[in-house]
This record gives sequence, C-alpha cells and structure tokens, in this order.
Amino acid sequence: MPSAITVDDLAKRYKDVVALDGVSFAVEEGEVLALLGPNGAGKTTAVEILEGYRRADEGRIQVLGYDPATGGRQFRDRIGIVLQETGLEPVLTVRESVDLYGASYTRRRPPEEVISLVGLEEKADARVKTLSGGQRRRLDLALGLVGDPDLIFLDEPTTGFDPAARRQSWKLVEGLTELGKTILLTTHYLDEAQHLADRIIVLNGGKVAAEGTPDTLGDARPVTTVHFNVSDPSDLPALESPPVVEGQDVTYRTTDPTALLYRLTGWATGRGVELSGLEVTRPSLEEVYLDIVGGAESGDRSA
Amino acid sequence: MNPSGIPFSLIWIQIRNANRLFWRTPIAAFFTLALPVIFLVLFSVIFGSEDLAGGYSFAQFFAPAMAVFSAVSSTFTNLAVKTAISRDQGILKRIRGTPLPPWIYMAGAIGSGVWIAVLSVVLMLVLGWAFFGFQMIWDNVGLAALVFVVGSATFSSLGLAVCAIVKNGDSAPAVANGFFLPMAFISGIFIPLDDAPRWLVVLGDIFPLKHFAGPFGDAFDPLHAGSVVGWENLAIMVAWLLIGVLIVTRFFHWEPHGAK
Repeated sequence: MPSAITVDDLAKRYKDVVALDGVSFAVEEGEVLALLGPNGAGKTTAVEILEGYRRADEGRIQVLGYDPATGGRQFRDRIGIVLQETGLEPVLTVRESVDLYGASYTRRRPPEEVISLVGLEEKADARVKTLSGGQRRRLDLALGLVGDPDLIFLDEPTTGFDPAARRQSWKLVEGLTELGKTILLTTHYLDEAQHLADRIIVLNGGKVAAEGTPDTLGDARPVTTVHFNVSDPSDLPALESPPVVEGQDVTYRTTDPTALLYRLTGWATGRGVELSGLEVTRPSLEEVYLDIVGGAESGDRSA
Repeated sequence: MNPSGIPFSLIWIQIRNANRLFWRTPIAAFFTLALPVIFLVLFSVIFGSEDLAGGYSFAQFFAPAMAVFSAVSSTFTNLAVKTAISRDQGILKRIRGTPLPPWIYMAGAIGSGVWIAVLSVVLMLVLGWAFFGFQMIWDNVGLAALVFVVGSATFSSLGLAVCAIVKNGDSAPAVANGFFLPMAFISGIFIPLDDAPRWLVVLGDIFPLKHFAGPFGDAFDPLHAGSVVGWENLAIMVAWLLIGVLIVTRFFHWEPHGAK
C-alpha cells in the first residue's frame, strides 16, 4: 500500500534554534500515527510543514503525493486540518460555519451529515459564541471533515475535555479510521495515543527518539515489575537482581518475568510463604515515554 | 467554473458571508452607517439656516462629503479592523488550511465593503434629499460613480495594508482611525479648506482622500465650473492603491502575531 506521508531527513531552524534535525518517518494509508513529545520537541513544526503552513529547510516530504509547500489548492482539497489555535466566527451559527467552509471543497459532505457525525445536531442553529469549549472543538472537527479528506491532521483533539467528552471524541476518531482515513494525531495524553494510534513516534529535541506500536514502544524486551507483600522480607532470594524492599513491600524488576515467577513461586511454596497482593505489571506507556524523553517534559508551554 | 477551476459562486459565498458578519457586528454597523448619519443630521441642523451662494442648501455640499466619509469607513476602517481581528482569532489561519484561494477570501471581504459603501452613499444622498434640501445632479452620476469605484478600491487596498502592518486587532482601529480622521479634516470633508494655510492644503493633496471627496463633491456641486474629475485625482488615488497592494503583498501575514 502506498504511503500517505513520507518524510525524509526533514530539518528546520528558526534563527539559532534547531526545531527539527533529520527527522524521517512514514505514515501508511489508513493508519493512525500519533506524534508524541514534550513541548518544544518539534511536533508542531513537523505537522505544520506537512500541512503546508511552513517550509522545510531541508529534506524531502510527500503528502498524498504532493509537496505540501507547493501543492496548493488540490493538495488542501484532500486534507482536513483540526488545529487548536484556529478560530471560528463567533456570530455565525454551527450550520452556517459548516456550509461556509464546506463550499471550498470539491468533495464536500452534506453539512447535516457532518453536524450529526460530531453530535452537534441540537446546536446546529446556535451561534458559535454560545458553544462550550468541547462543542467548539467538535465544530473544529466538523470543519476538518466537511471536505471528506483522505488525510486528517488532529492537533491535540481532546485537550481540555472532560473524560466523557474524550471517550466520545475517541469513538468519533475510531469511526474515521473505519472509513479508511489516514490520521496524524499529536497529543499530550499517552492514554489517547495508546487508545487511538496504530503507531507512535516520539519526538524529542527535534529528532525521532523512539518509534513503535503502543505495545512495543521502547525496548524490545521491556522491564516487567513483580510486586507483592510478605510478612518477613529479611530472607528473600536474590533472583535476577536483588529485590527492592520497603517495609513489607517487595519489588523485583526483570526482563524475563516467566523465569522469575517460576523461581519465586517455587521459593514461596517451598517455605509456605504467602505472596499477598502479587502483581505482575508491564511498564505503562507513560513510564516508557518518560524514560525516552528524560526530564524534558518539564519545559515551558511554547511548542 | 472558469478556466482556472474556481467557481465564481465561491466569491459570491464569501461576499455574502462577510456581509452577514458585518450586520451581526453592531459596532461596525454603527460606526459605518449610523455615525455619518448623525453627522449629517447634526451639521445640517446647525448650519442648515446659513445662506449659501445661489440659495443652495448646506446638505448640497455636506451629504456627498458624508457619503464619502461612510464609504471610506466601510472599506478602509472596517476592512482593516475586521481582517486584523479575524487574524487574531486564527480564522485566517484556518482559511489558509482549506482549498479556498486566499485572493477569493480577500475579494469577498473587499466586495462586501464596497457593497456596504454603495448602500451608505445611497443612504446619505437620500437622507440629504428627503430632509435637508439636497438636489441630485443626474448628469454627473456617471462621473461620481467612476470616482467612487476608484476611491473604494484605493481605500480597500489601504485597509488591507493597515492590517498587514499592525500587530493585532487591538491596534487596528487606532491606526486606521489615526490615519482616517485627521485625513478627513485636511481633505475638506468636514470644513472647507478655503481659508486653510498653504502647507495644510499641500498635505491634503498628498493623501488620497481629498482626491476622492473633492471630485465626488464637485459632481453634486451646482456651482462647480469646469471638469469634475481631474486626471491627477485618479492618478493619485491609483498611486495609493498600488502602494497598498505593495504593502499587502510584502507584509501581509495570515497567522496571529507571535506565531512562528
């Protein structure tokens, strides 16, 4: 299957600041790719180059077969952009907004259909200024979809949503993937990436720091944590590595949980020791992510 | 569809939308239409009893002046302020991400400004005729229309130029009115410049408004002798139109200030 996006050795500088430094990746048709990274990692710059808002200093970029910098009208006819900072006319109604933006696309979807897709039927004739933040984001999404795009850019689509609204938006995005749309998603929420993305790319300091599916991101053999309580922790075996003991809390870390559990349970049953509250946990995406980006997440809000 | 693949209906949709936004923004409608009406009424009531040469009413001279004032307000000031606010709100950025060609968006904004300018010119002249003794000179309507077309094109271009140089929508009204209101005084819109010092007259000659208001007023001045529109009026307006286009093409940006 052809790639919807190919990025080869992309570089971009702003005066003295290197925003992107040799970034390469591809997004297949129908795939959902999440771009993760701390603020200032280059996510926004990368996405805005792909959307045609900025020009790259170096590198080869193809989006749906176009160079986004020169693709112009035909290119923009096939993409949908849902950005955080793009505004809406406060005095237009929802329906008028969808009508207005839809008119520019050659392959537009009926406004009613798009409005009901994002669940704004009851607000169709309400002015934009009366909408809640979540409703505005859904209208943003409607405007991104009204041209029936092949590729959709979603920039932090659920930032500021309550949990119920996030679930609802996730359902919507999942619905889009069922229609075969390609989606490039940027997000701050790891659970969002895990839930929606087929593949995740972590950007850090303008470079690709890691790439993989939500399950395989990071090491090929991730470190698993084995945790339990014992009444007398003084006599524990040193298995692969010595345990970390805090009071009655015991934690082992291993890359080979099957062997460790075999030996641990053998030790415990042999002595009649109860391993209460035994837990085997794979590292969360969050732990993997924090491990990849180091301490960079504490940066400022400018991206 | 025309040969470049752009349906003309898109321009129409954009004009209609800009119009809708204008009428739903009461402050814009007030400053563009109501304020010149208030000026027309007040000045006509205050000076209406004065005996003008030939027995003509004060409104004979003042209604066309207020027509030009409101036409410039609806092209220049409105366009500068509205476009700068839309840029602050990220609306221009959104448009740049759609297949709508930027010039069609601009054409819509300008087209709506010119349409409202037409309405305001008609409104001033009709009010002047109905209440204050303004007499239409039908023979000169064609010339007045020519001056109006060149003048509103010039001030649309300059309105977008102001938007191109201001940082945000907060400073746009200050900059636009900072040009427009003093220019209105030195262009003889409110008071005739017959007794003004020479340097002020020359200063007024440099700016485009005098070359809009002057010939437009002359077209409705029954005492005016000679040709109504001089080539220099049109030439100076067109020169400013081109300066505006130059500034727009060089400095106009679609994203809010401070964006990378």
